[in-house]
Amino acid sequence: MTVDARAQLCLVSFNEAWGSAWQPAPPARFRIAEAKSSFWGLAEGALGARMTRVATTHASASAEPTRRDFLFIATGAAGAVGLAATIWPFVSQMAPDAATIAAGAPVDFDLSHVAEGQIVKLFWRGKLIFVRHRTADEIKSAQNTDVASLRDPEADAARVKPGKDQWLVVYGNCTHLGCVPLGNEGAFHGWQCPCHGSVFDTSGRIRQGPAPINLPVPPYAFTSDKAIRIG
Amino acid sequence: MSGHSTYVPKSAVGKWFESRLPIMGLIHSSFVVFPNPRNLNYFWTFGGILAFMLVAQIITGVVLAMHYTAHADMAFNSVELIMRDVNYGWMLRYLHANGASMFFIAVYVHIFRGLYYGSYKAPREILWILGVIIFLLMMATAFMGYVLPWGQMSFWGATVITNLFSAIPGVGEVIVSYLWGGYSVSNPTLNRFFSLHYLLPFMIAGVVALHIWALHVPGSNNPTGIEKKTDKDVLPFHPYFTVKDAFALSCFLMVYVWFAFYIPNFLGHADNYIEANAAVTPSHIVPEWYFLPFYAILRAIPDKLLGVLAMFGSIAIMVVVPWLDSSKIRSGNYRPVFQIFFWLFAINAVILGWLGSKPPEGWYVIASRISTVYYFAYYILVLPLLGLFETPKSMPASIADSVLGKGGSGSAMASGAASSPSTKG
Ligand code: HEM
Ligand code: FES
Repeated sequence: MTVDARAQLCLVSFNEAWGSAWQPAPPARFRIAEAKSSFWGLAEGALGARMTRVATTHASASAEPTRRDFLFIATGAAGAVGLAATIWPFVSQMAPDAATIAAGAPVDFDLSHVAEGQIVKLFWRGKLIFVRHRTADEIKSAQNTDVASLRDPEADAARVKPGKDQWLVVYGNCTHLGCVPLGNEGAFHGWQCPCHGSVFDTSGRIRQGPAPINLPVPPYAFTSDKAIRIG
Repeated sequence: MSGHSTYVPKSAVGKWFESRLPIMGLIHSSFVVFPNPRNLNYFWTFGGILAFMLVAQIITGVVLAMHYTAHADMAFNSVELIMRDVNYGWMLRYLHANGASMFFIAVYVHIFRGLYYGSYKAPREILWILGVIIFLLMMATAFMGYVLPWGQMSFWGATVITNLFSAIPGVGEVIVSYLWGGYSVSNPTLNRFFSLHYLLPFMIAGVVALHIWALHVPGSNNPTGIEKKTDKDVLPFHPYFTVKDAFALSCFLMVYVWFAFYIPNFLGHADNYIEANAAVTPSHIVPEWYFLPFYAILRAIPDKLLGVLAMFGSIAIMVVVPWLDSSKIRSGNYRPVFQIFFWLFAINAVILGWLGSKPPEGWYVIASRISTVYYFAYYILVLPLLGLFETPKSMPASIADSVLGKGGSGSAMASGAASSPSTKG
């Protein structure tokens, strides 16, 4: 449809709506509508035509809002709300569903089978968790680190439960892009990530490589001397 | 897609149909009489090759989907069943898996063709940007397709790539769990990837239609970069370019099926024949070869967020190339200094790919950084500045002159003109 035809169509329907006599607008006014509609399409074409009419018939009176202005704004507002209400379910469905969340029930884990120096992997909420039974040397090197020099400064004491220095429980996915670091590897004998080379110490803290933060500690508590509950 | 058609249906049925849906006229004007520059070389056959590969991927893919099961517990086995039990299942899968690689080989040739001959310059900017969009959709499609067999590489590739979004400050973690539909890559992730892997190729087909539409407004660029002016500059699409495209496609297909039949796993990774295991990452994970240059850029930068930004930026920057290049000369054939930087850029891209396949340690990291700097410098420094300083070679007056010589010897073949214009100019 040409711009002129569009502008005319607007005027015709506009004419019907208002029942007023058809008054061809001067060509100059059409050009205003044209310039607008060429960029913003039909909706603005209608707006332009409306403005033309307002300009011609109410030119002397104040340009007060018309019934069409009201319809235009009311329809636009309802449309915007409707659109948002439609988009929301489509976004929300992407989130973890109820079954996945329910699978996040706490898991109990018996520590008595974990020998000193051993790292055990288990899953909670589909996420990998390392349980590491640290040796005296590993504890000492974790504690004797200058906290201020770390990328993500955290004292070892803040990452284990009081009096349970030998048990380190951390998430098992590298904080860079999620690979599983290999235990007892790297310059600090904690973990080293095979993907892009992040190195973690025996407290699971980031020491070298691209990972930005320490391996996080999941929520857990000791239920007895030799058992923990994660979650 | 190219203005008014000269097509006249011969039969009465044809006339009846054409007056109701003028599609034969559209095809006729777009692919039969369409005037192409007579000097197009073989680099111009890759568009047709790409169209073929898209169709090939859709056909093999739709059939594979009839046998494939998109469930974390069954996907790996279903692919093995395709390989062993389904009649010709091995062939369909190898054609599809190697088809993806061939698709990318073709698209890279196609992109470098555009960069060398300045095909992105006015009036073809929208055409170029549509191409970048197709490239992005292809990458998304291939990435999600590679997740479907649910092997170790599938799983850890998906983990690493989706985790890229965790670099976004604040909302990153939420976005990633929304991508996964869980707390890690898991069954919901596989399901949605399958749905999107099925959908995106058809979206690509839609953008390809726009791409060709935009192409047929000014018509093809050509090795001289001079617009067509007279009838002497052009030849009709059929039979000249249909034959040329078909010949190139045949050669390309020989390479494709040679891969699919003789070395079907050469471009893959053995680890992907091990079922996904969320507790163990393979000792050396690398993406598919066609992502390696971008992967190298990601790893070159020691900061997580900046690395991710550089990687996405390395693709996004292609969108603004038409406005970065200040040279008025379109074709690299007439830009002696540009040629040096261009070939350095091409070699650099290959080196980046090679570095992306190496472990991120020692001098590999240093080399990746140097290569990354050159990659961006080419766009940000070389293209804007070179046009201001370079003295171009003298150019022929028209396409016909470049092919036939000014004396009009008429001996040069349209296809043989690839390298000659620069010496004749
Ligand atoms: C742009 C076009 C396409 C590309 C680049 C592409 C790419 C890929 C890739 C790289 C794989 C992994 C192959 C492997 O290593 O096993 C794959 C698998 C798969 N694709 Fe596609 N694909 C495309 C179109 C399609 C379409 C249209 C469908 C279906 C409607 C489809 C269905 C499948 C299925 C079912 C698999 C899993 C079976 C397998 O792994 O071989 N693909 N695709
Ligand atoms: S995922 Fe561990 S270093 Fe990148």
